[in-house]
Amino acid sequence: MLDFLKSPIAAIQEFFELAWQAVRNIGRKPHYLDDILIQMDSIGVGSIPIVLLTGFFSGAVMALQMGRALAQYGQTGQTGKVVSIILVRELGPVLTSVMVAGRNSSGIASELGSMKVTEQIDAMRALGTDPLKKLVTPRLVATAIMLPCLTVIDDFVGMVGGWVIAKLVYGLPSLQYWTFTWRALEWNDVGQGLLKPFLYAFAVSLVGCYYGLKASGGTQGVGRATTQAVVAASVIIFVLNLFIGKIFVSQSAS
Amino acid sequence: MPSLLRFENVCVTFEGTVKALDRMSFDVQQGQTRVLLGAAGSGKSVLLKVAMGLVRPTSGRVFVFDQDITNMPEKQLFDVRSRIGMLFQESALFDSMTVAQNVAYPLLNQKAISIKREEMEPAVRNSLRFVELEHTLERYPSELSGGMRRRVAIARAIVTKPQLLYYDSPTAGLDPITAHTIMALLIKERDADKSTSLIVTHRYQDGNLIANFRYNPETGRLEPAGPEGTSTVYMVLKDGKLVFEGSQEELELTTDSYIDKFVRRPEPAEQGGREE
Repeated sequence: MLDFLKSPIAAIQEFFELAWQAVRNIGRKPHYLDDILIQMDSIGVGSIPIVLLTGFFSGAVMALQMGRALAQYGQTGQTGKVVSIILVRELGPVLTSVMVAGRNSSGIASELGSMKVTEQIDAMRALGTDPLKKLVTPRLVATAIMLPCLTVIDDFVGMVGGWVIAKLVYGLPSLQYWTFTWRALEWNDVGQGLLKPFLYAFAVSLVGCYYGLKASGGTQGVGRATTQAVVAASVIIFVLNLFIGKIFVSQSAS
Repeated sequence: MPSLLRFENVCVTFEGTVKALDRMSFDVQQGQTRVLLGAAGSGKSVLLKVAMGLVRPTSGRVFVFDQDITNMPEKQLFDVRSRIGMLFQESALFDSMTVAQNVAYPLLNQKAISIKREEMEPAVRNSLRFVELEHTLERYPSELSGGMRRRVAIARAIVTKPQLLYYDSPTAGLDPITAHTIMALLIKERDADKSTSLIVTHRYQDGNLIANFRYNPETGRLEPAGPEGTSTVYMVLKDGKLVFEGSQEELELTTDSYIDKFVRRPEPAEQGGREE
C-alpha cells in the first residue's frame, strides 16, 4: 500500500549515505588539494560576477521599497538599518546560495552526469580512484569554504546598492546610512549570516553530486539530472532557511 | 595453465527483476583470448564490469587471479584492478585532462603500482608509441577523432602492463579501416606481452582476426597465425545466458539460429584486404 513511498525514502537514504561518505572522506587520504582549489576557483571566483550583480540590485530595490514604507512613519533615516539586517540575516545567504545553486548545482550535476553516462566514473574506479573522494569531497569542501565568502561579498554589495538608492532617491546623508547599517548588526546576525551559507553549501554541492552520479539514459538523463539538481537544491535551501531562522529567532528571544 | 578469471553461477539482477546475467560460469586461463559475441543488451558489458569488480553479482562467485572478489571491499578491489587493464565502450577518457595525463592516470593513482617520477614520462610515451599516437601528448580527448580516442584508451589500459585485459566493444562505431587498426593493436598487444584478454564485440570479423592472425614485429603487419593458431575461445551471450563456449570451428558448425547470426564466413577478397 505504501509502495509509492519506497522510492523517495530510498533516494533520501542514498543521499545521506553519499553525504556521510563525502564528509568522512575529508579526514581520509588521499586528499585531492588540486581538485579543491580548481573547484574553489570555479564555484567561488566564477560566481563573483553573478553575486555582485544580484547583490547590488537586491540591496538597491530593498532600500527603494523600505525607504518608501518607512517614510509613512517618518523613519526614512532607518533605511540602512533595515537593509543591513535583512541582507545579513536572510536575503544575502539565501540569494547567494540560490544563485550558486542555479549556477553550480546544475554545473556539478551535468559534469558528473556526463562522466557517469560516458563511463568515466567507472573508469575512475577501474583506474584506482574513489569517485567520492576525487569528485564529491573536493566539491563539498570548495563550496563550504566559498559560499560564506560569497555571502559576505553579496551582503556588502547589497549595502552599497542600498546606499546608492538612499542617497540618490531619498537624499540620506552617507554617514547616517552607514552608521545605521553598521550599528544594526549584532554578532548573532553575523553568526547566522555565515552559518547559513555554510550549511546551504552541503545542499548546493551534494545535491548536484547526487543527481549527477545517479544520471542514466544518455544526454537526456544528464539534462534531467541537471534540472532536478537545481530544483531540489533551491527548495532545500528555502526549507532549511525557515528552520535555521526559527532556531535563531527563538534563541535571540530567550 | 593457471586460471585468471573464473565465474561460478554468476547472476546479476537490476532493479529486482531485470536479469542482466543468468547463471554464468566459465574459466579464463592464462594466455587465452576470449571473444564474447552477443546482441546489444545480452549482458556483455555487464559481464566485463562484474569481472572488474565494478558491479557486484546478485548471486554466484567471481574469482580474479584466484582471489574471490564477489564481496571484496572496494579498498582491496583497487589492488586487484591494478593488475587488470580495461578499455571502455566509449573510451571513457577524462575530458578535463590531456592525453598524457589520461595515460599517466593509472600510474599515478593505482596504489599498488609504485613508479618513480622520472620513469613516468617514458612509460606514458612508450604506451602512446605503441598505439602510434606519441604526437598527441598535450592534446585533449575532445580534439581527437573517435579512432584516436580509442587508441589513447588502449594506451591507458596497457600502460601498467596488466596481466589481464578487458576490451569492451573496441571497434563499435568505427569505420572498417579504423576498426582494423584497433584490432591490429589488440593482436600486437597480445603477441608482445602474452597477455590474457576478454574482448566483447558484436562483429564476427573482430573475432576472426584475433583467432587467426598474429603480429609480425619485423614487418609491423598482421599475418596468418599458421597451423598452431592462437589460443582463442569464443563465447556467445543471449539474454544474459552463455549459450556457446568453444573454438571457431565449433562456432561455425553450430546450427543454432541465434549463434548463426554472428557467424559470417569472411570472403577471400575481404580477408586479403584486411591483411594490408
